[in-house]
Amino acid sequence: MPILTITLFLPLLGALVVLFLPREDADRIRRVTLGFALATFVASLLILPRFEYGRREIQLIEQAAWIPAVGIQYKVGVDGLSLVLVLLTTLLTVLSVLYSFREHHRVKEYNLLFLLLETGMLGVFFALDFFLFYVFWELTLVPMYFLIGIWGGPRREYAAIKFFLYTLVGSLAMLLGILLLYFHLPAGQRTFDVLEILRQRPLAGTGLLAQLAFWGFFLSFAIKVPMWPFHTWLPDAHVEAPTAGSVILAAILLKLGTYGFVRFSLPLFPEVFHQHALLVAGLAVVGVIYGALVAMAQTDLKKLVAYSSVNHMGYVMLAVAAAAYAYGRPELADAAATALNGATMEMLAHGIITGALFLVVGVIYDDRTHTRGVEDFGGLWAVLPKYGAVSITAMFASLGLPGLMGFVAEFLIFVGSFSIIPVFTALAALGVVITAAFFLWTIQRIFLGPTNPRWAHLPDLDRREMWTLVPLVVLMVVFGVYPKPLLDIINLTSSQLVAMLR
Amino acid sequence: MNWADLRWLVPELVLSAAAVLLLVADLFTPAERKRWLGWFAVASVVPAAASAVILLGDLQALRSPGVRIFSDTYTLDAFAVYFKLVALGAVALVSLVSLEYFPGRTPHLGEVFALLLFAGVGLLLMASASDLILLLLSIEFVSLSSYLLAGFLKRDPKSNEAGVKYFLYGAATTGVMAYGFSLLYGLTGSTSLYDIGPRLGQAGPAVYLAVGMALAGFGFKVSMVPFHQWTPDVYEGAPTPITAFLSVGPKAAGFAALVRTLSVGIPLEQVNWPLLLAALSALTMTVGNLLALVQRNLKRMLAYSSIAHAGYVLMALAAWRSPWALQGLLYYLLAYLFMNLGAFFVAMVAADATGSDEIPDHAGLSQRAPWVAAAMAVFMLSLTGIPPTAGFFGKFYLFAAAVDAGLLWLAALAVANSVVSLYYYVGVLRALYLMPPATPGPLPVPAGLRAGLLVALVGTLAAGLYPQPVVLFVETARRLLTG
Repeated sequence: MPILTITLFLPLLGALVVLFLPREDADRIRRVTLGFALATFVASLLILPRFEYGRREIQLIEQAAWIPAVGIQYKVGVDGLSLVLVLLTTLLTVLSVLYSFREHHRVKEYNLLFLLLETGMLGVFFALDFFLFYVFWELTLVPMYFLIGIWGGPRREYAAIKFFLYTLVGSLAMLLGILLLYFHLPAGQRTFDVLEILRQRPLAGTGLLAQLAFWGFFLSFAIKVPMWPFHTWLPDAHVEAPTAGSVILAAILLKLGTYGFVRFSLPLFPEVFHQHALLVAGLAVVGVIYGALVAMAQTDLKKLVAYSSVNHMGYVMLAVAAAAYAYGRPELADAAATALNGATMEMLAHGIITGALFLVVGVIYDDRTHTRGVEDFGGLWAVLPKYGAVSITAMFASLGLPGLMGFVAEFLIFVGSFSIIPVFTALAALGVVITAAFFLWTIQRIFLGPTNPRWAHLPDLDRREMWTLVPLVVLMVVFGVYPKPLLDIINLTSSQLVAMLR
Repeated sequence: MNWADLRWLVPELVLSAAAVLLLVADLFTPAERKRWLGWFAVASVVPAAASAVILLGDLQALRSPGVRIFSDTYTLDAFAVYFKLVALGAVALVSLVSLEYFPGRTPHLGEVFALLLFAGVGLLLMASASDLILLLLSIEFVSLSSYLLAGFLKRDPKSNEAGVKYFLYGAATTGVMAYGFSLLYGLTGSTSLYDIGPRLGQAGPAVYLAVGMALAGFGFKVSMVPFHQWTPDVYEGAPTPITAFLSVGPKAAGFAALVRTLSVGIPLEQVNWPLLLAALSALTMTVGNLLALVQRNLKRMLAYSSIAHAGYVLMALAAWRSPWALQGLLYYLLAYLFMNLGAFFVAMVAADATGSDEIPDHAGLSQRAPWVAAAMAVFMLSLTGIPPTAGFFGKFYLFAAAVDAGLLWLAALAVANSVVSLYYYVGVLRALYLMPPATPGPLPVPAGLRAGLLVALVGTLAAGLYPQPVVLFVETARRLLTG
């Protein structure tokens, strides 16, 4: 059974089904969408028993001819890195769809776009052909443009087009990089097969061309992550997007960038990346500190969470840069593997935690208070005990409290990176302090202190909201306490990468 | 002259006969039955296309790269057949939607379709012409029919302006081109492209002058900067189906003629025309895109966008040394046929509803005609070059050619231009999807338009999702043309 292909195209099939449902029947559309999202989640879980946990290479490969005339094929597969990100994607899509049951505006288009988006995201993680990868990479842009543009906040049109333009610049730069790789394969053997290109590294030793291709990929991924100074689309997009859109944007779409760095930039251009690793590390540290400081200055809770993403993705990039810097120094291989484990763990942790945080913001803003001003609240925990518990757990997880998932990730990143680039790591550690400060301050302002009488009669989380938030909280705690099963999978890829980079 | 050679002309003969028949039938058709003439025009494309495909089979049976007939003035090869099919597709689709557009706007329905078919004959000839004189004649044949079609709505001042402007520009550039051709003849003593190439000898200023002047004529047809100024006014003023036709039919045939002239007649070793075209390509795509940015009128926007796309296609000639170049050009023109015709068809639907071509007046079309708006979304994304559409694969092909030929700077410029173009294409989607409709209620779409839209939509998606058959075809065509 081609389980990857099924997982990949189930949402697309769902989108087609939704396309032919009558638009008036909003309830059925929602249930069908949820059904397909759940089916996709189950399908992705079915990958687990088929996965060989002793194999570090990409496995479960499924392929078919597509455009053989120019060396393009349909080829998908998973390894430890993509597997965990796929599971994150399918889980968060289910929760986002469930949360979006409250959306009443143009329900058909909304759900259709969500399913389309899921296929796009899954495709990026599964694809083992650069052409296929690029198709899915771009496929994620279009639904997100509409999700922000139609269902977003007051400045939605601006935010949507900004998001689209920024990411398209990067994508097309990457496309040129892909073409450079392709045309440097020996004539007659030209292919877009990722594994073959990774094996041959066609641009190794070409000097300027390798540099250009590296920066082409870099631009694409750095905008997506987003790294400072390419992050300016993010606050707009995150703040204007509807809640579920923000969740997907933060939890998955940002990961496409870091995934790209780990999957492609590291093994394809190890020399060039090594050369520029300190620059990348520098940008990552700036992102960490800048993101944290700007988040601290926000009074809009959604903006605060958005900037905390810049901060957290900075940690991931710090670890990736450290791994790149360790290239060619076998004595640092273990540290590099630890850093990469941390990076992947942080991708997951940030996905789960920030996904939860955006839901937390949405729950209070969308149909309770219609305000997100941090100053407008106070003593909310007393009024909303369940909501308070969930929110505070997520915020603690985000600031890296031991026992929760964020801590594991950051710990691994710092341990791994410190042996390789100690100064940058030490500077980045400053970000942790600031993050802790602004989250604690936020908790204090929103949940503690005297109750704001305006909100004295708010209802607590309803059943659907519990269903969307509790799974995430459980995961934060479980993997915070016992991350081993996850790390065992992640470590397969990290050790494989480090072996390639030695 | 060998009468048996006429069989290679069957597509042209079929279409000419149909056009003449149509003109005669028009005299005896009562006004309320005139629509049948349109159906006849659409139907007559089928035998023409079928015979072109059969001729291709004959060529393969002969194991011949192509036949040259009538003293080498006319060449039939896979390259020519490809363009003939594109041209016939354009004629058929435009006739189909004209059925819905022209009734009520003009009583002379029969002439519209006859002229469309005649223009089609010219396009078929352009794809095969391998002699300067036949080339000039076939280009003029297309042009004269097009001038009339552009100015066909004689009570509409904008249509009049379009016709006159098109004619004046066309006449001037044809004159310049004819002068360039005469120089080529003077230099080589032959009008056959096959003779000109070997006889051109060492390139002097006269050769460059001749090539430059010839480019004026082709540049006019394909809307290449600096011969593009007619495009926005003609596109805006001409009846919309005719605009759609001009944007794909004569443009594709112009590229066919340009490619054949340069690749057969002007040896690369003597004249470095790829370099010249690299500069023109850069200029054309940039000017087209920057001017498209500020347009509010959908037809004008599409006019500037068509200039920009001419720039992308010219990249193929700049990257001529790569085998991907010609293939990319061929593929792109097919993709462009579907996506651009589709865009104009949607423009017709929208203008019918609002009586305006201004983009903001199309607000909320997605609420009133969801399928039409969805089709427009596909066309706009395809024109931008977002997968999985034909437009993306076409751009991918052209970018690949540029990278392969070492023209990274040109590819990078094309990338920058694509990003710019996203802004104005998405501007249309913004109106369609993000803005609320001024008047609610579903919008009726006439059957002919619906059919045309469906073909364009399926073509855009199918050629993007599974380009393999087209890729194989263009690969063959390329091998046969360039050896």
